[in-house]
Amino acid sequence: MSDDDKIEFNEGKDNVKLSKKDNSYSVPVGPINVALHEPLRLYFEEEGEEVIDVDIKPGFTHVGIEKIATKRNPLEFQPVTQRICGICSDTHGFTFVRSIEDALDFKPPLRSQYIRVIIAELERIHSHLLWAGSAAHEIGFDSLFYYIWKEREEVMDALEYVSGNRVNYEMNLVGGVRRDLTEERIVYLKKALNHYENIKEEIEETLINDTTVKMRTRDVGVLPKEKALDLASVGPTVRASGVKKDVRFGQGYSVYSEFDFEPITPQRIFNEVHGDVFDRIAVRVKEVAQSIRIIKKCIEDLPEGNIAYEENLGKLLTEIKSSGGYGFARTEAPRGELIHYTGSKEGEENMSVMKVRTPTYGNLLSLRPMLMGSEIADIPIVGASIDPCMTCMDRMIFVENGEKETYSKKELREISKEKTERLKK
Amino acid sequence: MSKIMRKIFKQLFQKPFTNLFPAKYAPNSVLKLFELLEEGEAELNPPIEIPPDFRGKLSYDTDKCIKCYQCKKVCPANVMEKDPDQDNYLVFYLSRCTSCSQCVDMCPVDAIEMTDDFLLADADKYNDNLILNSKKSPGELKTPEEE
Ligand code: SF4
Ligand code: SF4
Repeated sequence: MSDDDKIEFNEGKDNVKLSKKDNSYSVPVGPINVALHEPLRLYFEEEGEEVIDVDIKPGFTHVGIEKIATKRNPLEFQPVTQRICGICSDTHGFTFVRSIEDALDFKPPLRSQYIRVIIAELERIHSHLLWAGSAAHEIGFDSLFYYIWKEREEVMDALEYVSGNRVNYEMNLVGGVRRDLTEERIVYLKKALNHYENIKEEIEETLINDTTVKMRTRDVGVLPKEKALDLASVGPTVRASGVKKDVRFGQGYSVYSEFDFEPITPQRIFNEVHGDVFDRIAVRVKEVAQSIRIIKKCIEDLPEGNIAYEENLGKLLTEIKSSGGYGFARTEAPRGELIHYTGSKEGEENMSVMKVRTPTYGNLLSLRPMLMGSEIADIPIVGASIDPCMTCMDRMIFVENGEKETYSKKELREISKEKTERLKK
Repeated sequence: MSKIMRKIFKQLFQKPFTNLFPAKYAPNSVLKLFELLEEGEAELNPPIEIPPDFRGKLSYDTDKCIKCYQCKKVCPANVMEKDPDQDNYLVFYLSRCTSCSQCVDMCPVDAIEMTDDFLLADADKYNDNLILNSKKSPGELKTPEEE
């Protein structure tokens, strides 16, 4: 549909564009709504039960992490990065320290890299199980929801035992990790992993082989491969559309390059790709099993040695201060590719720039093709199927005198050109 | 499906997993709870065991502190402030603390330590329980100056 057919209207301060039909009506949902877990505004154009157009308006939870960063040194800021997201907190810390290491040319010892990967994969297990539970809740299968969340406790306990706290693990340090994996911690970890291996079949049976789940999610919220590539979706969302895109195995950062694992696509599970919600569930369930294998491999290969490049924080801070530079890191977070860009100037302690691009930012636009043509009752599960995390995503907002402004792609390009010119001088 | 259904039915006959801490029927006020405990009308449920090296409430030892202020440098939340009335020793406003334990790692003389105490929730952020080493009463506390 071309843009000319669309009606534009101004609701609140949003410029909404929706295409109309004779008997259609518009439904605004959010930012605060019982069906939404996080603030996001969606406008639907409905014809009967069918969604004929969608407009997405994010931007309600900007917290200003970027500004906070410019008042802090990297060591001071590293606990703050973990608070960007409550579910994948370690991944943010992991990416942040890697971008600082990239800027300052630090080499973390091998043992610390293994420990980082173990924690990141444990977090993936917990995040995927959490998602599977809430997806079960969205399709109205609440006993499954409670069952999965009960099983998730095991990995939470393991993370708590290893890192000392349940949610923000504080394991990462610029140039290493802050806690070692001692013998008893490994024993505890193995216990949790064995538990998941025992119940693996059970989980797969209830999520992948179950008719209730299948009937409710097969061919719902389809994202075709071409669309997924066009919209540059990331993570399990794009993998479920049959694209082999996984930063862990493509780029092979940290120690992932030493493992022989393949990205999981529906092709590998069912020999066919639908790109629907069911495929997304299957991909995530299989990724839990893959993460368990990765952790087992890591524990097996765990080398001896130091856990940090410099364990004395005072010395580390002096070293950080004496060097400067700009760094960039990409990580496969549970939801997809996460990017941190950081920079500091030589001789200055505080960081000069910090940028984050979270996976939901890459996935949010894929909601539109998924929701088109679906029914009202499917909206919650389709929305949940990209595993959105709005609070992590809202990274920029421009407000002046109470007016919210939106930039188009062209304008943004002009602005960035201007900035490049300015920096060149 | 059948497998988890069996499990779910089994759970119907099990005790709840939730640990009813601090007591099974706790009144709204903590003081009231203590009264009930003294009278023997309530029974204290012990908390679930905490993991080793848990990061809980901080403790601060002025006898050890050498006032190097290194800890202030790595604290993301500006928890510590110098107190001119106390010879520039630090005051800790724990309601801001993120329990990252970086100050503990940083302190050269181990004047700061993490204890196992986790009861930090409070409606009043200037409660005595949440301020370490302050000689002032909560009412006297000004808004802390910006760095
Ligand atoms: S634990 Fe972290 S947030 Fe709390 S006082 Fe120490 S450095 Fe600051
Ligand atoms: S780092 Fe330790 S010795 Fe230095 S000021 Fe802080 S508490 Fe005192």
